[in-house]
Amino acid sequence: MAPHARSLKAVEVRRLTRRFGDVTILDDLDLDIAQGEFVALLGKSGSGKSTFLRALAGLDYEVDGTGSLRTPEKLSVVFQDARLLPWRSVIQNVTLGLGGAGREPGRKALEEVGLAGRETAWPIQLSGGEQQRVALARSLVREPALLLADEPFGALDALTRLKMHDLLRELCARHRPAVLLVTHDVDEAISLADRILVLDQGRLVEDLKVDIKGRRSHGDPRFGAIRSQLLSRLGVDVDDRSAA
Amino acid sequence: MTYVTSSHSGRLDVLDRERPASYAPPTSFRPPAFVENSPRRRRRLGPGPAIPFGLQIGPLALVLIWTAGSAFGLLDPRILPAPWAIVGTFGDLIADGRLQSNFLTSSVRALLGLGFGIVIGLLLAVISGLSRVGEAFIDGPIQIKRAVPTLAMIPLLMLWLGIGETMKVTIITLGVVVPIYMHTHNALRAIDERYVELAETLRMSQRDFLLQVVLPGAVPGFLLGLRFAVTLCWVSLVVVEQINATSGLGYMIELARTYGQTQIIIVGLVVYAVLGLASDGVVRLLERRLLSWRRTLAH
Repeated sequence: MAPHARSLKAVEVRRLTRRFGDVTILDDLDLDIAQGEFVALLGKSGSGKSTFLRALAGLDYEVDGTGSLRTPEKLSVVFQDARLLPWRSVIQNVTLGLGGAGREPGRKALEEVGLAGRETAWPIQLSGGEQQRVALARSLVREPALLLADEPFGALDALTRLKMHDLLRELCARHRPAVLLVTHDVDEAISLADRILVLDQGRLVEDLKVDIKGRRSHGDPRFGAIRSQLLSRLGVDVDDRSAA
Repeated sequence: MTYVTSSHSGRLDVLDRERPASYAPPTSFRPPAFVENSPRRRRRLGPGPAIPFGLQIGPLALVLIWTAGSAFGLLDPRILPAPWAIVGTFGDLIADGRLQSNFLTSSVRALLGLGFGIVIGLLLAVISGLSRVGEAFIDGPIQIKRAVPTLAMIPLLMLWLGIGETMKVTIITLGVVVPIYMHTHNALRAIDERYVELAETLRMSQRDFLLQVVLPGAVPGFLLGLRFAVTLCWVSLVVVEQINATSGLGYMIELARTYGQTQIIIVGLVVYAVLGLASDGVVRLLERRLLSWRRTLAH
């Protein structure tokens, strides 16, 4: 990516703190995300990753907190469940709240995620992977400057997940939103992200650039090195996991 | 398959061990384990596949028993007349127009009550389901109304409204309002928090949120209420018509009781049953139409 584009920020977080009662979930966080940058956020369960994402999405109404957050106006969220309205057709789900003007872009977005011709289907008629693609189309059609994804592939089977990785990579290359992908899957983070953060007890304990050009394969030694580093950061003893 | 055979041979092993060494089992004794335990022979758990026309079998059997009882003179016609006598009476009642005119009167009452009840119940449910202020004013009175049986209010309503059509339709309306309100209100309030979140992240307007998320999501609840309401409107009808009426199916039955005309009573009951089932069928048809998003590919 060109250096001048890097300097433009999509997200600016300063001294962000969030508490539930006496428990501090996010502890004095600072973070910048550049425009078009793909950031993966790793962390154990309870590390505060979802709280962080919800704070960025503006979904944390009843949470105590301080700090400043700057996010783009055009922001989309992809949830772990596809979260489609079961009583609206696929195309209506994609263009939800956009009115008639969204219809043509909606059709195009569905085509991009490989679901052309399924416009009038009901969500229940789609597989889990297809439903998640509709959710992606719903986000894309809004041309977001920031895409927040909360373990979007966590509920999918391993094969579908790999296909979805390819799709997401392709879509991001074309639309270039900044992405914050929350995941617990280290391999997913390495194969998709430009930069990987590790959150532990409400603090960012790792901020790592992934400089592997082209196709990232698990056999690549650099892949393995990043993987070991991240796993040890996450408190997993790498030696026990005899290099899968 | 493997599981069954292995457990079988396991048991044989035990037997073998307990047997005296000198004992040689006859070769023909070996159980044909594979054939016996073939999965095709095993009965599935659960009630099994549906029987064709399963729902019609019970009523048909009852009619058959009734017919046989009458034919062999086991049933006193004063208690229960023969089916053919009922059919005859049915024909007579149609021929002199009594059944049609009473049926019409009753239907108008029931449908008016149902119509008013649906409109009022739905309106109250939407006001109370969508605003806290509305709920504060509406929900309490409805719960109180629910605790008082509609039929117990008849004396009061007679004093207020007289004994004419207004009173009858009002009673039915009051009965219908409750299930419509309860189920619709409940469904409106039970909208999944996840969809609310979604609507917020999509920056949906309040109007779009209501029209796309809240109201369509409450349709299943409303339809459930409607099924109760439809049954209830016929039930209320019977009561209002038997207390103080000069027309209608209930009146026809009541009059027949006075003269000891069992056949007419039974014709009336059959008409009630058909009406009840038919209206339930109509609501279910409506459900299939409106809730087509619930059906899977298999249907």
